[in-house]
Amino acid sequence: MTAVVADSSSTAAGLDERSRYLRTLVVDALEGGGRGHVGAALSLIEIVRVLYDDILKVRPADPKWPDRDRLILSKGHGCLGLYALLADKGFVTMDDLKKQCRPGALLGGHPEIRIPGVEASTGALGHGLAIGVGLALAARMQKRPSRVFVVQGDGESNEGSVWEAALMAAKHRLANLTLIIDYNKMQSYGNVPDVLPLEPLADKLRAFGFGIAEADGHDVAQLQRVFSALPVDAAKPSAVICHTVKGRGIAVCEHNAAWHHKARLPADQAAALRQELMGA
Amino acid sequence: MRETSLKMVHELAKKDPRVVFVGSDLGAGALDAMRKEMPERFYMEGVSEAAIIGMAAGLAMDGYIPYVNTIATFITRRCYEQVAVDLCLHNLPVRLIANGGGMVYAPLGPTHMAIEDIAIMRALPNMSVVAVADAEEMKRFMAATLDHPSPIYIRLAKGGDPVVTRPEHGFTLGKAIELKAPGRIGFITTGVMASRALAASEIMAKTNTPAGVLHMPTVKPLDESAVLALAARVERLVTVEEHSRIGGLGSAVSELLTDNGVRTPLLRLALPDQFPEDYGSQEHLLEQAGLSPAAIAEAAQRA
Repeated sequence: MTAVVADSSSTAAGLDERSRYLRTLVVDALEGGGRGHVGAALSLIEIVRVLYDDILKVRPADPKWPDRDRLILSKGHGCLGLYALLADKGFVTMDDLKKQCRPGALLGGHPEIRIPGVEASTGALGHGLAIGVGLALAARMQKRPSRVFVVQGDGESNEGSVWEAALMAAKHRLANLTLIIDYNKMQSYGNVPDVLPLEPLADKLRAFGFGIAEADGHDVAQLQRVFSALPVDAAKPSAVICHTVKGRGIAVCEHNAAWHHKARLPADQAAALRQELMGA
Repeated sequence: MRETSLKMVHELAKKDPRVVFVGSDLGAGALDAMRKEMPERFYMEGVSEAAIIGMAAGLAMDGYIPYVNTIATFITRRCYEQVAVDLCLHNLPVRLIANGGGMVYAPLGPTHMAIEDIAIMRALPNMSVVAVADAEEMKRFMAATLDHPSPIYIRLAKGGDPVVTRPEHGFTLGKAIELKAPGRIGFITTGVMASRALAASEIMAKTNTPAGVLHMPTVKPLDESAVLALAARVERLVTVEEHSRIGGLGSAVSELLTDNGVRTPLLRLALPDQFPEDYGSQEHLLEQAGLSPAAIAEAAQRA
């Protein structure tokens, strides 16, 4: 097995209060719904946090506002992270969040377009970037200022459709399109370098015609800087490779393939996780 | 028929700014008139069917009506998950124009012959499946596609097919067209099999088993009342299709009869459940499969 080196701050202690609070929402959803892809959600919390707090022009009270920016969570299994932000911003309620996956719930185990604030139903991997190409072209033809952000997983980047869409994004010089890769170096079975290596990922995307930026995907200030400076190149789509830690913020989840998907979270364990997060 | 359908995309685009064309590396010069007149709504993309369907979905999410065109096997088999998830789950008004339905690409072998396209498209919620009989019907159909809110699969034939429909037939999605009043036998056809069933009915006209032809340009949604009404009037139904006997028009009719407890005997004439093993022409392969007018007439009478 290839060793995955954790970054120096791979515990909740390195996260600020808002990042830790948002993770407690993931715990709430996991406990309430009795299941969820935890590791994938925790690795992208700062990505969606910075997007919703600082970057995306969206209106929770008017989720279909035509000039809004579009965010597609292409790695739909990371939806607990997205739901945390949708609940925090008021697109959905905290009650919705706690009922995810239950009979009659608004929120399921993958995002669907009937949820306010969700732009595309995802879960089948490798669909988001191509849809994003269409949305970005539509914005250009309609002369709308909307920008399109697609959050894609590293395991998801195994899909050939992703690379087809990358070719098309470059052909059309979609500077209003940004691909964000949640590069946590783990996929379902194990480490990315063992299952299907992606390196050199930045070089690959550069060769495909993207303007490239990289960031520590848990460093809020860094993400704010990088996302605020988009597009990387005014004549190209952008790709931001976010180096993240799967399960970041909860020690037992970090780098732990067993927490890729978690079924059942007893109340005492949920309480312990909240304590770990907010007591950190 | 193919040329007519593409010309109609251009005509529709002139009338409606929502119409865009997306091709997948088509032959040189395809729809040049539209490309020249409105390049901003003409997309010729690469051999990337999965991403093209996703792109079309994105365009449709923001108000466009994409007409996507490539070879039938590639726009169905190659990107089935994208068609299912991006188009059907999102229920978007994307039109898939599929070249070479059935045995049209006979010389090119089994990778290019669409023998199960109707079955797999019909299985998808929200998808409509259309196979018109001739170029004139194609014009009427295409004009009716603009405001349908959901995806449509459009199966094209070879081109130069005999014109058997008439202007007074009009076109309504989901409506059958009676081309010939039924006798003791009622043919039910889709696509270009309408003309073959008509020819078979000419052969049968002088026998004691005259036959009529009910043409189903829309296989899904099936015109259930038209089929049930026909079943009540004839001694035997015979479905004729250039498609696998699994999952196509014959299956749809069979399901309907079963669901309604209708006991009218049904003979399903279709392609066998196997990949085509010969080359030659479409005509040749159809003859091999027992779908020449004479073979259709004989089978219908024998049953």
